[in-house]
Amino acid sequence: MPKDFEFEKSIIELEDRIRELQAISESGKVDLSREIKAISEKVDALKNEVYGNLEPWQITQVARHINRPSTLDLVKCLCGEEFVELHGDRLFGDDPAIVSGIGRIGDHRVMIIGHQKGHDTEENIYRNFGMPHPEGYRKALRMMKTAERFGLPIVTFIDTPGAFPGIGAEERGQSDAIARNLAEMSGIRVPILCFVTGEGGSGGALAIGVGDRVFMFEFSVYSVISAEGCAAILWNDPAKTKEAATALRLRATNLLDAGIIDDILPEPIGGAHRNHQMAADEIKKQIDKHLPTLIALKADKLLDERYKKFRGMGKFTREEELEHAQEQA
Amino acid sequence: MGWFDKLTRPRREAPSDLWKKCPACNETLLIKDLAKNLYLCSKCDNHLRMPLWDRIALLTDDNSFVEINQDMRSIDPLNFVDSKPYPERLVEAIKKTDVNEAVATGRASLNGRKIFLGVMNFEFMGGSMGSVVGEKLTELIEAGAREKVPVLVVSASGGARMQEGIFSLMQMAKTSAAVKRLNEAAVPFISVMTDPTTGGVSASFASLGDVNIAEPGALVGFAGPRVIEQTIRQKLPEGFQRSKFLLEHGMLDCVVHRRVLKNTVARILRLLVA
Repeated sequence: MPKDFEFEKSIIELEDRIRELQAISESGKVDLSREIKAISEKVDALKNEVYGNLEPWQITQVARHINRPSTLDLVKCLCGEEFVELHGDRLFGDDPAIVSGIGRIGDHRVMIIGHQKGHDTEENIYRNFGMPHPEGYRKALRMMKTAERFGLPIVTFIDTPGAFPGIGAEERGQSDAIARNLAEMSGIRVPILCFVTGEGGSGGALAIGVGDRVFMFEFSVYSVISAEGCAAILWNDPAKTKEAATALRLRATNLLDAGIIDDILPEPIGGAHRNHQMAADEIKKQIDKHLPTLIALKADKLLDERYKKFRGMGKFTREEELEHAQEQA
Repeated sequence: MGWFDKLTRPRREAPSDLWKKCPACNETLLIKDLAKNLYLCSKCDNHLRMPLWDRIALLTDDNSFVEINQDMRSIDPLNFVDSKPYPERLVEAIKKTDVNEAVATGRASLNGRKIFLGVMNFEFMGGSMGSVVGEKLTELIEAGAREKVPVLVVSASGGARMQEGIFSLMQMAKTSAAVKRLNEAAVPFISVMTDPTTGGVSASFASLGDVNIAEPGALVGFAGPRVIEQTIRQKLPEGFQRSKFLLEHGMLDCVVHRRVLKNTVARILRLLVA
């Protein structure tokens, strides 16, 4: 286990204890199954309690867990062998921070596009911690156009701290790449399903997040800026990260209430990092539920509804209403 | 705020109201001279940030600008409190700028041609884009597509407004989708990026012009220079993310001096569409 969270400490201690007992049990000397069962029940109860009461900042940490299922993990669970990764933007290079390819999920042939983080430091350096350069977004757009040509629905997995802020990224037009995707995704004539699987980091997340349905995992986050960034800018104090995480309302439940996402996917007990297959099964459920309806729609209607969905996002008032409200108060 | 408040509000007499230092050459410039000189430094010709109404006057024919949606106001959808509650920040910004939000949109004529104009106001919370900015611009762009009137947007913004959280982020998708529809209607969208245009504004509608223009020396980019320096732990090269750099990297169609901006936009429009 790499980095443990303070709030998970007692869970992990008990899990280690179970593993020890199992090892003893398996060596055949003594039967400890009753003890193991008792501790397992205790662990489950503890997980439920801990994960049922996480603070927004703790959820952010879970969303960033190093064992969180990545796009390629989910592809493995969802498609098995029936997946071909496709590389490159045909303009500059291939960005390892975004992966894409064609695959089969149940009855559906789909284009899958997602951010890709690593499960250890070496892999994370290779994947740039899931922070794409412009070529990543341009690869994603190329895949969407391919999908459109062949009538393949698009499934995206969102899990990034954000688009990479660096010299090369600016030179090659990070803003252009993101803006272009936002505009083009609104006009792609096949269904698009987006899943925030871990970290939905700002414009770098949204650049593959303009879909007909948008879902979030229970312990994922989606925000205009990271809690750290927000604390540094608005509080001018990195120590206020926890406060910022709360203020930003970045949890799945917040986004569902705000009408930004369509549904929340439950996670395996104790978080998706404990069971990738169960997380993938939840994704498949949503695909099976929503894709037939969206496929049945005429493309023009699909695009109209997609446009209206994002068109309606935003909360504001008029001066007159404001004065009226003040009078009432 | 009624007209009476406007009349009786005490006028600030702080020295900073009378003069300003040119950020490029450090020359001391009198505000009243600056206003006459289009906020160009008289010594080095640096393009200083231009106040909203001067900008509108620069780009429109006399008295032709008719503002729409000026009564649109932000609310506080997250009950956001950092060191100060968001509604307090809004009240302060309104007081400071005498406008309701960080963009003014409306109809105008430019050298006799009808246009829809949006001008962002950096003085209003750093020109940040929340729901109101997104909504006003989207309505403007949609009106352009509907009425076949070219849309001109002058950006000046640090990016998305953090205090409105995810709603601000979604304005990027909303405005960009509207530009896409404007493209499909073959109605020109001219984006003028002024100092500074960064973050969520740069990474949405502002980069999507049929013609992207920047003013000389304007800082334009996705990430702010400080964030980049902290991330990569190295000093950024001179001129990084300035308009010349963007032009050289293919992100802009042209860098245009403020004195000829209006005529250049007029020329582009008459060459693009009859």
